[in-house]
Amino acid sequence: MDQTIFVLLAQDGVTNGAIYTLLALALVMVFAVTRIILIPQGEFLAYGGLTMATLEAGSLPGTLWVLLGAGAVAFAMDLATARGGGRRLPGRSLARSAAWNLGYPLALAALLTQLPLAGLPLAAKALLALALVVPLGPMMYRIAFQPVAEAPVLVLLIVAVAVHLAMVGVGLLVFGPEGSRTTPFSDAQFEVGAMQVGGHTLAVIGASLALIVALYLFFDRTLYGKALRATAVNRNGARLMGISPALAGRLTFLLAAFVGALSGLLFAPMTTVYYDSGFLVGLKGFVAAIIGGLGSYPLAAAGAVMVGLLESFSSFWTSAFKDVLVFTLIIPVLLWRSLASHHVEEEE
Amino acid sequence: MGSNLLDVKGLSVAYGKVEAVSKLDLSVPHGSIVTVIGPNGAGKTTTLSAIIGLLPSTGRIVFDGADDRPDVEAMVARGMTLVPEKRELFGSMSIEDNLLLGAFQRCRAGHRDHATTLADVYALFPRLKERRAQAAGTLSGGERQMLAVGRALMAKPKLLMLDEPSLGLAPLIVREIFRIIAELRRRGVSILLVEQNARAALQVADHAYVLENGAVKMQGEAQAIAADPRIVESYLGLASKHQERLAG
Repeated sequence: MDQTIFVLLAQDGVTNGAIYTLLALALVMVFAVTRIILIPQGEFLAYGGLTMATLEAGSLPGTLWVLLGAGAVAFAMDLATARGGGRRLPGRSLARSAAWNLGYPLALAALLTQLPLAGLPLAAKALLALALVVPLGPMMYRIAFQPVAEAPVLVLLIVAVAVHLAMVGVGLLVFGPEGSRTTPFSDAQFEVGAMQVGGHTLAVIGASLALIVALYLFFDRTLYGKALRATAVNRNGARLMGISPALAGRLTFLLAAFVGALSGLLFAPMTTVYYDSGFLVGLKGFVAAIIGGLGSYPLAAAGAVMVGLLESFSSFWTSAFKDVLVFTLIIPVLLWRSLASHHVEEEE
Repeated sequence: MGSNLLDVKGLSVAYGKVEAVSKLDLSVPHGSIVTVIGPNGAGKTTTLSAIIGLLPSTGRIVFDGADDRPDVEAMVARGMTLVPEKRELFGSMSIEDNLLLGAFQRCRAGHRDHATTLADVYALFPRLKERRAQAAGTLSGGERQMLAVGRALMAKPKLLMLDEPSLGLAPLIVREIFRIIAELRRRGVSILLVEQNARAALQVADHAYVLENGAVKMQGEAQAIAADPRIVESYLGLASKHQERLAG
């Protein structure tokens, strides 16, 4: 291997690593707040990429039907909760549920059918793709996880696997079995020393860094960010402050879906995305999150870059085994973690 | 009935088949301190948890004129707060963040007065102001209790429920906590106080309930209860006299 190839592989590894970082951070965040291991995190990526591809082809993305359907189910569940159980759900929160779960998807549908999709600039398409995919996050929480929010971690994991399988199936239904690749955000090439850097590579790394900073500011500065952290630290304490687990869950899933969909937009120009591509990418983010012990954001990010580099270098030497090598990484990490860390009882 | 902030009628709480609290009646008039005393396991903490909605229960709970059973978050929004026995602080977050989160429900409802409330709380607990950037987990027991009370006050509660605020604290700090409880009443906060330190609780309270085995054994004016020979014997006996000497 000469220097040019080394630099090329390293660049590739860091770019992929940036995507894995986003997914790993989302996984750590969701687990901290809700104790859910979000297996379907990768599906947000696939849905984001494929929705973008459909918009680029100038046709109406099938994501819209998913959004309309999921919204209807979520609203029906809110309605059922308000009616039955004797639990009072004030009219205001039911109205809010109707606005988000029914009004928003319908408004978006109206907008999409009016717009000349093919002629839109790239940025507008990206925004539309986000607008379509991101609300699926809170709806997913409402439908699948809120009813079992108090269940043990294992039950939540099983539900997460079920949601993942359902989303892959729905993805096949609405996007079809063909893969798509989208236009890069930039075709520019830059010479940095002896290195050729693509504009899209810079866009991926820049967007990832910007998102990480934004997430940091959200959690450090805003009341809602602090509320999510409080829920992660002490659920009972948070409830006594009036921070409901349902609110925290929906907000966390909104962020996770945003991170996932955005990483899909960044990922789709680099490789062909299929309806089931999300799982493998998500799993690599999960390996990175595990390296961080599913609890540390910086370690998860470092792990993600490590996974990206390992993947790109092993694809050079033994491309057939690149995934095997990446996933084998988890074994020494787990060994090291189980030896190095003592079991910590839940804080009282 | 009309002058009461909180009316509890026939409250029963069961853990499986074991009834921890049965048919309990309790009232907190506006602007008063009501204390619930009783031995360990009498159902005091269970009663508070059931009133705020952390535990499922049967019976009527009329708070601030509303007679329904919403979830915890809605109760907090209506002006009820609980300082639990375990404090339940956000240990890795700063003291100021802990306090600000106390105002979460008010901010969500659109009130933008948390800066003045924060200044009030800091005036009441100057020590918290000195350490506002420190993580809550690094505080001493007394400071943690002050933070827990301060955080509850950030919600500007109509009813403040305190569960064993003196538990595990040094006598000097206990006196400070009770001084603050009296001060809060002067400011118009109604307080429901659960205590094992019966002597201190009866001194500060207007009305008292004695809870044993999940039922009200006795109730009345705090002073009358404190003078009752049965109470003196079981709760204010030699042990607490000894404690008082230590505190004095």
